[in-house]
Amino acid sequence: MRPIANTRDVTGVPTGRLAIWWVIGSEIVIFGGLLASYLMYRLANPGWAGHAAHTNVVAGGFNTFVLLTSSLFAVLAHQAAEAGNGKKAAKLLIATTVGGLIFLTVKGFEWTHEIQLGYTITANTFWSFYYTAAGLHACHVIAGMIVMLIVAAKARRGVDLHHVELIGIYWHFVDVVWIFLFPLLYIAK
Amino acid sequence: MAVSVGSEPTAHEDHHHEQSFWSKYVFSTDHKVIAMQYMATGVVMGLIAGFFAYAFRMQLAFPGMDVPGFGIVTPADYVSLVTNHGSIMVFWVAMPVLLAAYGNYLIPLMCGCDDMVFPKINRLSYQVFLLSAIVLVASFFVPGGGFGGAWTAYPPLSAKAEYNLTPLGSSLWVLAVALEFVAFLLGGINFITTAMNSRAPGMKMYDIPVVIWMLLIASILFMLSVGPLIAAAIMLLFDQNLGTAFYDPNRGGDPVLWQHLFWFFGHPEVYVVLLPTIGLTADIISVFSRKKLFAYRTILYTAFGTGILSFFVWAHHQFISGIDPRMAHIFTVTTLLISIPIAEMMFVYIATLYGGSIRFTTPMLWALAFIGEFLIGGVTGIFLGASGADIYLHDTYFVLAHFHYTFFPITIIGFYGGITYWFPKMFGKMMNETLGKIHFWGTIIPFNFIFIPLFFLGMAGQHRRIYNFEHFPELATPGLQNIRVFATTALLIMLSFQLVFFYNFITSLRKGKKAGKNPWKANTLEWTTESPPPHGNWPPSELPSVYRPPYEYSHPDREEDYWPQNVPN
Repeated sequence: MRPIANTRDVTGVPTGRLAIWWVIGSEIVIFGGLLASYLMYRLANPGWAGHAAHTNVVAGGFNTFVLLTSSLFAVLAHQAAEAGNGKKAAKLLIATTVGGLIFLTVKGFEWTHEIQLGYTITANTFWSFYYTAAGLHACHVIAGMIVMLIVAAKARRGVDLHHVELIGIYWHFVDVVWIFLFPLLYIAK
Repeated sequence: MAVSVGSEPTAHEDHHHEQSFWSKYVFSTDHKVIAMQYMATGVVMGLIAGFFAYAFRMQLAFPGMDVPGFGIVTPADYVSLVTNHGSIMVFWVAMPVLLAAYGNYLIPLMCGCDDMVFPKINRLSYQVFLLSAIVLVASFFVPGGGFGGAWTAYPPLSAKAEYNLTPLGSSLWVLAVALEFVAFLLGGINFITTAMNSRAPGMKMYDIPVVIWMLLIASILFMLSVGPLIAAAIMLLFDQNLGTAFYDPNRGGDPVLWQHLFWFFGHPEVYVVLLPTIGLTADIISVFSRKKLFAYRTILYTAFGTGILSFFVWAHHQFISGIDPRMAHIFTVTTLLISIPIAEMMFVYIATLYGGSIRFTTPMLWALAFIGEFLIGGVTGIFLGASGADIYLHDTYFVLAHFHYTFFPITIIGFYGGITYWFPKMFGKMMNETLGKIHFWGTIIPFNFIFIPLFFLGMAGQHRRIYNFEHFPELATPGLQNIRVFATTALLIMLSFQLVFFYNFITSLRKGKKAGKNPWKANTLEWTTESPPPHGNWPPSELPSVYRPPYEYSHPDREEDYWPQNVPN
């Protein structure tokens, strides 16, 4: 049952949207702490460029394209939900989830290849950061996909259509984190 | 979930409607029940941490003694006891009691709404928290025992099993702390959104009681500071279990990174737990002075300023970690600056007392004691914030006594002040004032006798985390040993006086005088509903509206000396 508290919006911002922004605020500092640590180490260790050269920029670039495209589907799903078309929103959310799945599959091939070449998480602290940061990001992708499927199942029945926007905001955030990770881990040589 | 509007949530005999005991008390989504769950868990953890303090203080006063109820304290036991005493007191007592229990109980009631905005997330928050407490307690019983690398968990000691000798205990400790953070992030979302979005009609920003503001600011501070430590904890777990080298200087890592990430959270954390106590002290002082809170807006601005500044003081914990002296100087300046807003709040409280008609009830005594005792904590902090003095005093008992003079007022005084003030609302009964005062004096006097001597031991050069001072001839003199015995004796007295509180709590619960809606004649909204409030807090049609700020006491135009927020005129 929805409490009366949940129906009020003193700030003018719907409660769900307010909450998701606070979630993102706390997530930003988690990734912020990790990436700030990485940057400090990277600046102190110019030799890491040699390790970074072994990352697969093409795969990373393709994944960036996939994630950005999936975010477009999330926006379209939001648009459909605003128009009250739950079935269309659900289809578009599933398309977004497929984007996440492609992203993870490419990542799986990348990591398998790198591990076979001996670049494991303990090979060097660059690789430790590489797997930790990308792994933490991948956990967020997986969590987002699971929630998105739940939201899609509900949206298909026309229930809780405002959740489509919220999961979309979260998905964009996951996207933006990748936009930071890709240049820092892959491109910077 | 079946809802029983208007029923007594504490009546166990209530069998005639659908809710079972389990859905009502264990899996409840009611913010009041969740608050009680947090408080009960916090108190149980506090008893465990108090027992640990008893065991290691006995070892320090009487080295090698077979401690009654514990046994011989080995060096490994000793480090595990002090580590977990600190960890529990900060993460499993101060946080759940001050932020989660009072936050959960007070935010919906004082904002005039029926529950938190996301009751199920609220329930999940407590369940994750309970899991974290269970993981921590379980870590004491694994092979090797509980983690012994100090509550700050500095690597390399915390990162390598060869050094800390607790391969399982240290990982379980990190896991428990990480789960605890997840619980408070989930809870914090509710606190912030409820206070921002679900206030009663008419409750404008400056009509929010100070304690709610402080809980809100504390939740925001927590959310914005804990992230780097979560990242650091992941790295530490990987160093412990996967063999990465984030903190290993031999393989390109840096142990000081942990210190930065830990204290970037750790110092705002002090304010995360301080602000709720500052807030409830403000409410108690205003009510029992029967006087409008002095400079309400200044308190708010000061709290915002403190919150922002608290992100720029963390390196004062690292003055002897090889920090650049120029950088140490900057952090000395910010650290000394942050004492100004807190000192100002103390003056504001004293100004509130001035000219009031003061009532020395038990909650008022706790609130006044908070001002006095926290003052000592703040003033001794000046010596430690100054990098020059800190180089000598670092890691001595002076530091230990200093932060106990901050954390004891925050946690213990804050808890007792809050519980004695809101007990009538929570349980519908009055507490016994005489027993309350006996407990108050029996706690406050021995507390000072424990920690004032420790300042002197610290100045004499006694270092922390040493299990037996007999091994250090300069520190094993009879004079110093007598001080240790004195402090331990005071601790035993203080611990035994806590029985008075529990006795008072239970007898008041059973036989206390009926409290009625508003026994203290206070203005804030929680006093306008039944005691204890029913599920939903008010009947849905009677949810209050707000017409004025919360501290209109002794208004000249009014016959009565209080003016509730919900009364139109």
